[in-house]
Amino acid sequence: MSLTLFNVIAAVIIAIAFAALNAAYLVLAERRGAGRIQRRPGPNVNGPFGILQPPADGLKLMAKQLVIPGGADKALFMVAPVLAMVPAIMSFVTIPFSELIIARSMNIGVLMIFAFASLGALAILIGGWGSRNKYGVMAAVRAVSQNISYEVPMLITVITIVMISGTMDLKELVHDQAGGFWQWNIWPFHKGLYNILMPVSFLIFFICSLAETNRAPFDLGEAESELVAGFHMEYGSMGFGLFFMGEYANIVIGACLTTILFLGGWGCPFGLFPGVWWFLLKIYLLIFTFIWIRWTFPRTTIYGLLNLSWKILVPISLFNLLLTAGLLKVF
Amino acid sequence: MSTYFSEIFQGLWSLIIGMSITFREFFSPVVTVPYPFKTIKMSSRYRGHIELIENEDGTPKCVACGMCQRGCPSGCISLASKSVPYEVEVKGEIKKKKKKVLTKYDLNFTTCSLCGQCVESCNFGALEFSREYNLASTRKEDFHFDLLQRLKERNQ
Repeated sequence: MSLTLFNVIAAVIIAIAFAALNAAYLVLAERRGAGRIQRRPGPNVNGPFGILQPPADGLKLMAKQLVIPGGADKALFMVAPVLAMVPAIMSFVTIPFSELIIARSMNIGVLMIFAFASLGALAILIGGWGSRNKYGVMAAVRAVSQNISYEVPMLITVITIVMISGTMDLKELVHDQAGGFWQWNIWPFHKGLYNILMPVSFLIFFICSLAETNRAPFDLGEAESELVAGFHMEYGSMGFGLFFMGEYANIVIGACLTTILFLGGWGCPFGLFPGVWWFLLKIYLLIFTFIWIRWTFPRTTIYGLLNLSWKILVPISLFNLLLTAGLLKVF
Repeated sequence: MSTYFSEIFQGLWSLIIGMSITFREFFSPVVTVPYPFKTIKMSSRYRGHIELIENEDGTPKCVACGMCQRGCPSGCISLASKSVPYEVEVKGEIKKKKKKVLTKYDLNFTTCSLCGQCVESCNFGALEFSREYNLASTRKEDFHFDLLQRLKERNQ
């Protein structure tokens, strides 16, 4: 596929549309899921099963005025929501949904996605700092310390996977796991390594992606009980909307990455009919788990959060890295 | 070292138990009601505002003794009555007697605390709690209930 202007524009439009649609309807899915778990129906008035709720919410947000608080840094205040959304959309460019559905295949896809993912923390910092609000600044500081401490075990786990597969190309990573569910990186049987810590490293990666996307029970950046609304407290209108959409787009990316790195991407569990439907099934199952976890567990404290990362996740993931390196050397 | 690992495993196990509970709740039936479109029947012990009980002929059971008015700690009941003469046959001769008939029974629900002293103090079983809870208004006059009028409307 040649890189013409038309191709680029089409890819960008599709990426934005996919991210925005997912964000809008994941909010609905989240609210319906929350309702079911709390044994109430959730939003079901607008249209069948409430499917007209997201457009209605979007119209409401767009119709509102964007108020910039007095004394806020206008440039930073305006740039933060965009910075929250853009990296999320950019990451979709290199995610392979199937053999053919990929905007731009790169041999350093993993690296690119993590480079953009770390911009998310910057958006939160700028948003909290720029709005000249003490709660916003506190939330920003918390979110940044959380993001940094969870990036460490996450990247160590990714390095483990990259060491096993020997590639940073997301497509190659999926090819490496082709041929049935026992070949996936989540199981210890992959490539005859018998690394029994692989399910644990999947768990570590999953926990880290929860924390990286600021999801409950790690949503300390927006802890309502003590920080009102956190870093997006001063944002109304589509400023808030963009932060929200960026958060959900990040969730989708987290699910996509987990699927590609551990669950065999678009490969079928039984080696039949590989295709984009398996990829979508896997990511939506993961997203359901995200929602399920959010409505099950209460928010952790900041100490508990950092202790979990530095005292449990980092040592175990480091040990797994060493074990994998040793096994790779032996076998 | 062993406490470190046992803490991790116990924590993980408790998380799994929590998730299994919410998973079960996810598939159990909904317990709420979409309120303005559907309402639930109130239980028989529900205490709404008071309501008069009627005889078989549709007149109120109330004999206008005024015990409820006296028993009300908030003073929100006001009733009025008049004497009506009537004739009764006792041992073959006709005697003239008088009895009280209720002409007005006003409940000022704005000050009522739903304590139920009026129902308790009624010796004739003429008062009950209604199961009315759709009470909302922007005017306080809407909460001055004429219970006689309500009884009449109920009988229509």
